[in-house]
Amino acid sequence: MIKVENLTKLFGTKRAVDGISFSVERGEVLGCLGPNGAGKSTTMRMITGFIPPTGGRASVGGFDIVENPIAAKRLIGYLPENAPAYTDMTVSGFLNFCAEIRGLRGDARKKAVSRVVEMCFLEAVLHQSVETLSKGYRHRTCFAQSIIHDPDVLILDEPTDGLDPNQKHEVRGIIRRMGEKKAIIFSTHILEEVDAVCSRAIIIDRGKIVANGTPPELRRKSEWAGAVTLCVRGMAAATVTAKLNQLSAAKRATVISDTGSRVTVTVFPKPNQDGELTRAVMDASHGWQVEEMHTEVGRLDEVFRSITMPDTAKEVAK
Amino acid sequence: MNTWANIKTIAKRELGAYFTSPLAYVFIVIFLLLSGVFTFVFGGFFEREQAALGQSFFDWHPWFYLFLVPAVGMRLWAEERRVGTLELLLTMPVTPWQAILGKFLASWLFLALALALTFPVVISVNYLGAPDNGVIFCAYVGSWLMAGAYLAISCITSALTRTQVVSFIVSVVLCLALVLAGVPGVLKAISGVFGTATVDMVSSCSFLTHFGGFQKGVLDSRDIIFFLSVIGFSLFSTSVILRGHRS
Repeated sequence: MIKVENLTKLFGTKRAVDGISFSVERGEVLGCLGPNGAGKSTTMRMITGFIPPTGGRASVGGFDIVENPIAAKRLIGYLPENAPAYTDMTVSGFLNFCAEIRGLRGDARKKAVSRVVEMCFLEAVLHQSVETLSKGYRHRTCFAQSIIHDPDVLILDEPTDGLDPNQKHEVRGIIRRMGEKKAIIFSTHILEEVDAVCSRAIIIDRGKIVANGTPPELRRKSEWAGAVTLCVRGMAAATVTAKLNQLSAAKRATVISDTGSRVTVTVFPKPNQDGELTRAVMDASHGWQVEEMHTEVGRLDEVFRSITMPDTAKEVAK
Repeated sequence: MNTWANIKTIAKRELGAYFTSPLAYVFIVIFLLLSGVFTFVFGGFFEREQAALGQSFFDWHPWFYLFLVPAVGMRLWAEERRVGTLELLLTMPVTPWQAILGKFLASWLFLALALALTFPVVISVNYLGAPDNGVIFCAYVGSWLMAGAYLAISCITSALTRTQVVSFIVSVVLCLALVLAGVPGVLKAISGVFGTATVDMVSSCSFLTHFGGFQKGVLDSRDIIFFLSVIGFSLFSTSVILRGHRS
């Protein structure tokens, strides 16, 4: 549905987006991660036809956004960053306007408006002016606008920004449900959202895609993926780490906490193995008073940091 | 078909926006008050003892519009850019031209409404004497066309900035130049320095020169084309500026 090839945007001499390529099919939800100013919003603005690309192509449903913008825009629902809406209109007026400009007339328009009002819980503010809305309501009003024509493609720039935890949960639910039938791209700063919503994620840094995969694949890039943490009673920390460091599958063992009677140790695996470390630690700890033991699945935030800020991540590791 | 539907939808929204804010009412009240005061007090409507509106009423219009029309046009694009709705509007399935025309037509219709509300002046003059209503109608058409030209220039300045005040000031200055180019005193000064050939060129660019014909009841195609081409050129410039912002 969405195809992006070698998309590039120059602002002056600055490469805001530098040769990005990806595609999103129907039934996929693509999460777009990256630090502020990495080029996420610029990429979305190019796909939606708001700004023209300097180089490369973007097409939606087979329609090139530069050569055939109207046909492509018809298929897209777009929630821009900061969720803008006409402040002088009521919520109802705004949604009716958006439905009308999407070509919905008469009964179809009424149905579309009442559908999104219900979906986004806007009944209470329907006749209130957009200017007087709280941030959460304004955000949902703009979100409602993006799905009013039941588009095949949804592009959402930080859809959960500024929402409270309940509203976030609600919006994620909507995105996940709609993701079954549509092609969705959304950007976020919240890493847990990637797990909750995405079928695939890309990490963008300085205009380039630096990682691309399903959430578990990305997590496996973490140093923590496959690490084993165990809590042992009645042993000296040095003895425990010495034994664990000898394991062939272990890279290193680090003491997390030591109360004197209880030691918590994490063993990091050497790369490219599949559960070997867990088995090895279980064998090695035979006869110890193990109170707790678990295998880590990897941490997205750590992957994110090590990819987007390689220097700082090393500092922290030291 | 679709094009007109889109233009209509945008124009309807824009027109609605005028009336949900106090701007529309303030504008209409000020316009009508100024028209009344200037026509009857400064325009010497009664002293002239003529059943006509050409001088007493319409003479003031270029000067009212100088300040009032930029006030109507200043928000058209500046506000969209400030609030960020421009991104919303231009990612909808509408072309930039449809958006530009829709917004312009809405404001132009609003000015038509304000102009139409001066009808008591026409009634008065008809009650007091027997004016040539054809001339009055002609002057109204000219006044509306001239308002459109002012408005289109305000569209350019509005697209240039996020700040409505800046847009207002710049468009007043631009429009002032186009009005002054027809003021006799200014033309005299120009002829002193550059000669008469330049004067003809400068005065042919002025709103005053082209509005003059309408005031006398002459519907000259050159005057109509002048105002329409100012509008066309300004809206084209607006589209170029809007495209420039996005790349």
